[in-house]
Formats: sequence, structure tokens, C-alpha cells
Amino acid sequence: MIEVLGGELLVALVLAAFVTYLWRGLGVALSGKLNVKSAIFEWVACVAYALLAGLIARMIFLPSGPLAETALPDRVAAAALAFTLFFLTRKNLLIGVSSGFALLVLLTLGRGWAG
Amino acid sequence: MSSAGSPAKAALRGLRVGFGVPMCVLAASFLGFGALVRESGMALWQGLFSTASAWALPGQVALVELHAVGAPPLAIVVAVGLSNARLLPMVITLMPYLADQNRPRWQYYVAANWVAVTGWAAALRACPGMVAEERLPYFMGYSMVLWPASLAGTAIGFALAGAVPVAVSLGLVFLNPIYFMLVFAADVSSPPRVAALVLGAILGPLLFLVTPDWSLLLTGVIAGTVAFLALHRRR
Repeated sequence: MIEVLGGELLVALVLAAFVTYLWRGLGVALSGKLNVKSAIFEWVACVAYALLAGLIARMIFLPSGPLAETALPDRVAAAALAFTLFFLTRKNLLIGVSSGFALLVLLTLGRGWAG
Repeated sequence: MSSAGSPAKAALRGLRVGFGVPMCVLAASFLGFGALVRESGMALWQGLFSTASAWALPGQVALVELHAVGAPPLAIVVAVGLSNARLLPMVITLMPYLADQNRPRWQYYVAANWVAVTGWAAALRACPGMVAEERLPYFMGYSMVLWPASLAGTAIGFALAGAVPVAVSLGLVFLNPIYFMLVFAADVSSPPRVAALVLGAILGPLLFLVTPDWSLLLTGVIAGTVAFLALHRRR
């Protein structure tokens, strides 16, 4: 039965779901004990933002997965354009993300034609 | 304190706010995941199970890639656990703004399963100004747009794998980091948190070159602590 469902992969999927929930559940358990105005709470928030920024920067500069097939200068240019247009349009998310998307697609296509 | 009128109306408001750019970005990101699932030889239901249960994209991508190269389950689980450690400080930071003393605590343990970056950022923006009883319904309403959209994205990406030009599917995957980058650049204003974002963005890729597995955790603790010590003011 286990083999039919994917054997080791099924084990990995279930355990991955479990460890992922563990972080979330632990967060709820710990959260009741912290005052929002306390220094520890602010430190935890700083750690959360640093983790997220690190993750996002890694996805742009050193991605794993499909994005690794794109070129670094193309990703940086697309991110820079998205950032610039976002603030020029008074924080219009649609324009920001779609311009980044469009530039990366065009640059990647361009490399395909050039190569 | 703003009020939508009732908890049910707050949930509807959450649905409406999620419906639009956030929903499209999430669906597009999971298109990329669905395609990756198929290219790695996994079944659709396995990809859907991953999206439904874990719903944390970087860990899901790590799982699929490690499985594709034949890594044992234990190695996969450790990598996923490390990559999802961010959820702990995220949940701790969000919970006070979802809190309602009249609500049974188990509901928060259930709701925590839907804490992911997009909904987290949206709730941190909207919930502090809401009456207590409407906060959790708003967050869940918002998440109940994004979560089905992620499942649909996974399925459609699986079905379309190979049918869409590679450049377009890569662009869709790129929407995710771009969206998060803009949301944080727009939302975060307190000096220590801005410093944490900037330091984290610099340290994240650098530490990844040194120690891929531990880089995120180290980035969070080092950049977060430095930013906090340098700029936090006692109130």
C-alpha cells in the first residue's frame, strides 16, 4: 500500500507537513507569553523580517529550482524595474509585479534568440 | 478601531482584499511548483498534498528537488524544517494582532496552519486597527482565497508543464519574490525592522554561499539581532 502511494516520497511528504506545522503550532504556544511592547517581541519581529528578506534576496540572487535557469543580470534588472515602477506609481502592486515579470520574460527570451 | 459590522462581514472583507493581485501572484507562483512536480516525476496528488498541508513554497520546492536527486526522507525533512523555520517568528509576531480573549485557543492552533508570507503581511497591515472579534475571521477569509488559488495553481501548472514557453513559466515563478519584495518595501517602517530587512537581504545570499542549509536561520538570528540591538529604543 505504502509503495503504491509513493513509498519514501509519501513518508517525506507527511513528515514535511508535520515539521512545517510544528513551527506554526509552536509559534501559537509561545505567542501568548509575550507582550507586544516588550523588547523580546520586537527582537522576534526583527528576526522574522531578516529571515524573510534573506529568503527573498536568495530567490533573486541565488535561486534554487526553476529560477536557476534564468540569468542573474536579468533577475536583478527585472527586480530593479519592479521596485522603481512600484514607487513611481505610488505603490501600485499590479504595475510593480507585472513589469518585473515582463522584463524577466523578455530578457530570457532575448537570450534564447541570441544563443 | 474599525469594524466591518460582524465577524462574518470581516471574513468577507478578507475574501475581497485577497481576491485580486495577491491571489494572482500566489496562483502564478504555484503554477511553477505544479510544473516542477510533474518534471520531477511526482504525481499530481502528491503535489496537491504538499500545497494543501505545508503551504510554504520554498520548503515545497526543496522537497521536490531533493526527492528528484534521490535524497533519503530524513535529509528532505531536515532541509524542509530548516527552510520553514521562519514560520515560528512569523506566527509569534502575528498572533497578538489576531488575538481575541473570547475566542477558544484551539482556533488559533487551527488557523496557524494558514500563516504564510502573503496573508501574514496583509494581516499585520490590517488587523491592528480592527475590533478583536473580527481579526481572525478577516485573516481566515483572506487565506481562504489564497489557499484554493494555490491548489488550483499547482494543478494547472502540472497540467500545463511543457505547454507554456519556458521564459513565461520562469517569469511566473519570479512573481513570488518580486511581490514579497514590494510588499515589505511598502509596509515596513519601524527603523529596527527596516534595518533587519536590509541586513537580511545582504546576509541571506552571502551566508548561502557558505552554508546552504543553515544560511536562512543564521541570517535571521544575526541580521535580526544586529538590527534590534542597533536601533531598538526602549519605550
